Amino acid sequence: MNKTLLIIQREYLTRVKNKRFVLTTILMPLLIVALIAGTTFLSIKGKDERKIAVIDNNDFFKGNIKSSPQLAFEFPDKVDTSNYLQKGYTDIILIPKLGDTEKTTYLIRSKKRISITTESQISERINAAIEDHMLQTAGIDKAQLDSIHKQSQFAELKAVEESEGSVKESSAGLSYGIGFGSGMLIYITMFIYGAMVMRGVMEEKTNRIAEVMVSSVKPFQLMSGKIIGIGAVGLTQFLMWIVLIIGLTTAAQAFVPHDVMEQVKNLQQANGQLPGNNMVQAGEAAQQIYKVQHTFSTANWPVIITCFIFYFLGGYLFYAALFAAVGSVVNEDPQDAQSLMLPITMPIIFSFIIMTNAVQDPSTPMAVWASIIPFSSPMVMMARIAYGIPGTVPYWQLGASMLSLIGGFLLTTWLSAKIYRTGILMYGKKVSWKEMFRWAFRKN
Amino acid sequence: MALLTSQENKHTFENNLWLMNTLLELSHLKKHYATQKAVDDISFSIEKGSIFGLLGPNGAGKTTLLRMITGIFYPDSGHIRFDGKDFDPANDIIKIGYMPEERGLYKKMKIGEQALYLAQLKGLSRSEAMDKIRFWFKRLEMETWWNKKVEDLSKGMSQKLQFVTTVLHEPKLIILDEPFSGLDPVNANLIKDEIYSLAQRGSTLIFSTHRMEQVEEICDHIVLMNLGKKILDGTVSDIKQTFKENKFAIQLAEVPAGLSATSFEITEQKANRLTVKIRDGYRSNDVLQYLLQQNLTIEAFHEVLPSLNEIFINLVEGTRATSRAFQTVQS
Repeated sequence: MNKTLLIIQREYLTRVKNKRFVLTTILMPLLIVALIAGTTFLSIKGKDERKIAVIDNNDFFKGNIKSSPQLAFEFPDKVDTSNYLQKGYTDIILIPKLGDTEKTTYLIRSKKRISITTESQISERINAAIEDHMLQTAGIDKAQLDSIHKQSQFAELKAVEESEGSVKESSAGLSYGIGFGSGMLIYITMFIYGAMVMRGVMEEKTNRIAEVMVSSVKPFQLMSGKIIGIGAVGLTQFLMWIVLIIGLTTAAQAFVPHDVMEQVKNLQQANGQLPGNNMVQAGEAAQQIYKVQHTFSTANWPVIITCFIFYFLGGYLFYAALFAAVGSVVNEDPQDAQSLMLPITMPIIFSFIIMTNAVQDPSTPMAVWASIIPFSSPMVMMARIAYGIPGTVPYWQLGASMLSLIGGFLLTTWLSAKIYRTGILMYGKKVSWKEMFRWAFRKN
Repeated sequence: MALLTSQENKHTFENNLWLMNTLLELSHLKKHYATQKAVDDISFSIEKGSIFGLLGPNGAGKTTLLRMITGIFYPDSGHIRFDGKDFDPANDIIKIGYMPEERGLYKKMKIGEQALYLAQLKGLSRSEAMDKIRFWFKRLEMETWWNKKVEDLSKGMSQKLQFVTTVLHEPKLIILDEPFSGLDPVNANLIKDEIYSLAQRGSTLIFSTHRMEQVEEICDHIVLMNLGKKILDGTVSDIKQTFKENKFAIQLAEVPAGLSATSFEITEQKANRLTVKIRDGYRSNDVLQYLLQQNLTIEAFHEVLPSLNEIFINLVEGTRATSRAFQTVQS
């Protein structure tokens, strides 16, 4: 059997057979689901409940401030700043007589300090009450006002995207989610698998197996075998995650009552014909499920997944070679690794920052250039691709980005191989970046 | 014309004969690092089936030289011929087994898997490798080790495993760099016996060390290196003859006071045992004659050959002094 294949096989199997790999692969999606469910649950349940006593000197707030279980406004008698806590109120608001034109300041007193979101909610609701009062004094009667308020949203914004003559529905929220999610995933895996390559090389060097190995195989075979083997481990992990996620969502659908699913199906079939009427007929749960499904269907998944795999592999290969070079020059002391890694981790972290900007605004010159330069392209391009090809990302940009990434990893591999070749057989001496640079650029 | 051709033929024939017996020939090998000449113009050749000793103090350039012979490094200049052809690392690497001084194993791997992996990397098929591993594990009493992990092995045990993985693929050339370091006497003897039997079965061995007593015992031919240069080349007995200092050990029943003659000087005296150096122009017989004339009872009389260790230290000290002097002149 081919020697590089043998090395790939060993690197792959020893890691995939490891208990830790099996555990993280299975637990990671469960953990993410649990994390999302948990935070959602906490944000609903664990909210700060406030019961506020309002002392009003205007006589029009009573019954006009919107109250909710979390934020209740009451207008009790015989309550003032001295006894509101005893009477069971968390806060007390004192509203003086409002002026006509100038801004009026009112006070809220509490024992437990109010949060910034509660503060803005209170201010919003009181302002709304004042606005209503002003509209009423201007001549709009109560019934009219109520009927306007009943309709919560007057119009819904629907974004469509030009694509080859026709228009296609798109969702900025989903694009943001996919862009940020995939960029983040590449960022994390670059660190995880890059560090894995580095540790693998360090292990070979500190265990003194490197010289035994290079008497049988070329250093380049050893390095590339390790990089490819670990990359395959990463791909396996992703594929298993995708399978698990699809499995979990299918399993979750089994828990949805049958009639709700029927309604969802009706909604799907009715899509584009009479959505308004169908929406009314379907229950709220079915509407929610339909909405999620519908939003997800607007993304071009095959293109996104293909690009993701390309940029994951490209970015991994680009950086893994550099991590291998660093691993090869480190001696016993892991602190050396820390300082030598810095020039590699810095561009990754910078790319992450650019990615978080690009995902909000995918067409700035910064985002465009960063998505073409191989140092940052894996993350930044994924952030932009979610917004659509060729709408947001023209074909030439995608092509240039892919080609420069391929060229980039060939270059880093070539340079790293030269450092690696010398580094793995060098013991005891601390190697500087200057020396590594010299090894990388010397002839033969 | 015809005569010339036949002479040429004869010449080539002799050449071939010589080549047939030579496994490895190094000529004018050089390898320089940025700051030092690690190997500086080294030439020698190694006969098939011999046990060859490569000696030198730490930093002499032995490891660099071995790395060139194993194809890990390319020489800056010079030439290597291996098995009658120009050395081609890509193909010849499987004919060489190298146990480097800095050696180790994958800690988390099982012994059996590890041996199998290394054997396959040397080009053996899986089934071939399995057969050979079984053979060697049985021979060195390692059969029960198969499922153990390397991290559970003692240093001596992993040393044995490394030896097995080095010779498993029956290489023509076996290179062992400090093979006995860390081995207890029992296992050291076991490996020593294996080295002899490998040589008997036609393998050629290069044995690199700075432990002289092992070399004296095992090696047919040695090369001594220091500071990247070859300073000695020959068989162990020839070298001892060359460096002998005409010293003799004499054991007398009784040593009288004031023993002295023109033919020798006493360099050392321990009770009734004398070490003498014969002066230039005299022979051992002159000493014996003198002793007989004195009517002394001679219990033993034999030549003292220098140990390789002494020769080694003298030569190394010598080159160090020269190089120091050279450096002073330079600066």
